[in-house]
Amino acid sequence: MTTRLTARFDACRKEARAALVTYVMAGDPDPETALRVVCGLAEVGADVIELGMPFTDPMADGPAIQASALRALKAGQTTAKTLDLVRRFRERDPATPVILMGYFNPIYVYGVERFLADAKAAGADGFIVVDLPPEMDQEFCLPALAAGFAFIRLATPTTDDARLPAVLTNTAGFVYYVSITGVTGTATPDFGRVASAVARIKRHTELPVVVGFGVKTREHAAAVAAGADGVVVGSALVDTLRASLGPDGQAGPDTVERVVALGRELAAGVRSVDKTGA
Amino acid sequence: MTASTADTAPTTPNTYRAGPDERGMFGIFGGRFVAETLMPNILELEREYERAKADPAFKAEMDHNLEHYVGRPSPLYFAERLTEHLGGAKIYLKREELNHTGSHKVNNVTGQILLARRMGKKRIIAETGAGQHGVATATLCARFGLPCVVYMGAVDVERQMPNVIRMRMLGAEVVPVQSGTKTLKDAMNEALRDWVTNVADTFYCIGTVAGPHPYPAMVRDFQCIIGQETREQMLKAEGRLPDSLIACIGGGSNAMGLFHPFLDDRDVKIWGVEAAGHGLDSLHAASLTGGRPGVLHGNRTYLLMDEDGQINDAHSISAGLDYPGIGPEHSWLHETGRVTYISATDEEALEAFQLLSRLEGIIPALESAHALAKVKDLAPTLPKDHLMVVNLSGRGDKDVPQVGELLAGRL
Repeated sequence: MTTRLTARFDACRKEARAALVTYVMAGDPDPETALRVVCGLAEVGADVIELGMPFTDPMADGPAIQASALRALKAGQTTAKTLDLVRRFRERDPATPVILMGYFNPIYVYGVERFLADAKAAGADGFIVVDLPPEMDQEFCLPALAAGFAFIRLATPTTDDARLPAVLTNTAGFVYYVSITGVTGTATPDFGRVASAVARIKRHTELPVVVGFGVKTREHAAAVAAGADGVVVGSALVDTLRASLGPDGQAGPDTVERVVALGRELAAGVRSVDKTGA
Repeated sequence: MTASTADTAPTTPNTYRAGPDERGMFGIFGGRFVAETLMPNILELEREYERAKADPAFKAEMDHNLEHYVGRPSPLYFAERLTEHLGGAKIYLKREELNHTGSHKVNNVTGQILLARRMGKKRIIAETGAGQHGVATATLCARFGLPCVVYMGAVDVERQMPNVIRMRMLGAEVVPVQSGTKTLKDAMNEALRDWVTNVADTFYCIGTVAGPHPYPAMVRDFQCIIGQETREQMLKAEGRLPDSLIACIGGGSNAMGLFHPFLDDRDVKIWGVEAAGHGLDSLHAASLTGGRPGVLHGNRTYLLMDEDGQINDAHSISAGLDYPGIGPEHSWLHETGRVTYISATDEEALEAFQLLSRLEGIIPALESAHALAKVKDLAPTLPKDHLMVVNLSGRGDKDVPQVGELLAGRL
């Protein structure tokens, strides 16, 4: 299953550019709109689709992502519906990797074995589970790897050289470097430091290193692309979606268009940086 | 790989006091379910706590502060009129409400703030429900000159205003949390977010026996003074151990502090009382009685949640019990059967609140009133030589405005 991811990062490398990883919440503001958003993002140049699995208590996310999760839950989103969204996306796009990102409780309650089987059938490629550090690998990471999924780990500025090897064990697909200590969407990182941080991680791994947290514009995307193998954008897309919604939180007439338009901008930002020789 | 409750059903262990294991687990409960950003801090905290525990200087500093600042030991008081009124078991109150700041919370906070100082942390954050933990944290921060930020659900800020004012007088910044259900769980989310953001210089002082390892074990250890004193005091008063212990449970720190030193005394019957709110078939906060195992706030434990793993709103008249989870060690003691968990409704707690006020001249916290409500049920069924200890975990001054309003016309 990780082959879709490997193929996609290889393709980006051949094009001498960084990858664009886009994050939106499954089911926000409703399942149909969310499907059109992810399909649209993939069409305009998102290389990897990260799909949030809503949770009531996302302790590492800021207000934008939390509100997005609560909108999705209010609209009736469930784990089963999220997997169905993956399946429908996969029918339309057989090549773009899909990473499910969320918190452990909904997976635990769904049942780990059942979740892995259903995610495989749906066509998901990997997972980011925010509240499962390496110390808890046996809960989900090891079964997921055994089932052929990528398990992507977050590395942060607090992850020092002593801890990096632990973080990079049992990880696959790519490494997600969180460029600030903080919750999602709250601060703009010092993009100048991205390259040195990525270089530090690359001393410990062959995997692509993508950078996220705080990327909001085409210019940010270009700045991060210069120093990393990929750029993750989440809160900015989620904020754009929110701004397009009707008074009761329902999809507006241009919700899909506006989110996809930002995706197009970000894709252009990533593609504006030539990484030949990088 | 996920351990289900059924296939790891615990057998009777040789000791109930050995947990947690090196992974921070009590059976399948506990653990370290946190974002990577926090892991280095949590590991550092574990190391430093282990070091402090082994250091006689830390113990001496702790003992000194508990005696001269907190006012320990707290009395074990024979509640003569309550005993007479109920006509059964001989009831003793462990008077934690007499501690400085008015509850058991200060035992743990004293330990954590001394530890934060040892670790060179410059800023303290805390979550609070009823405000008792927030007040204790603000107090110790004032005592040691540390800046303090307390996160409190906006709903709790409203219903526990006296404690909000106290915290502000003590120099703490109280941040009303507007997200989610605006109660204790959201305050904890927000405190965790602060910690993720300010991880280098900030110490997160958790108020109960929950959260990622080592908090459940560390907070328990700091609260065990309650049970240790009770043991000695009861031996002195009656020449033997108590027959039963009873305490209220939100996260469960006052209960764990009383229970833990007695867990291996198998003849001591132990009851934990959860908040049944409007009733167990309605809105409540009884995680063990009405919940299932899940993962929240850094640990696996019993949680109130829907079939999809989304956390449900808890409800209790008492802000300190209004939490959809419970400390992981309680979940383990529940599954092993060592402790019997029961529940009391808002209405029962309110009645017990008035009963103790009038019979003993002690206004209990609404939290502690939940334990007293079950004493009302249990004591009359027990013989007169049965020695029962109730943890009077906090005083009710903070609840006076709320209860006054609820009883308007009935007072």
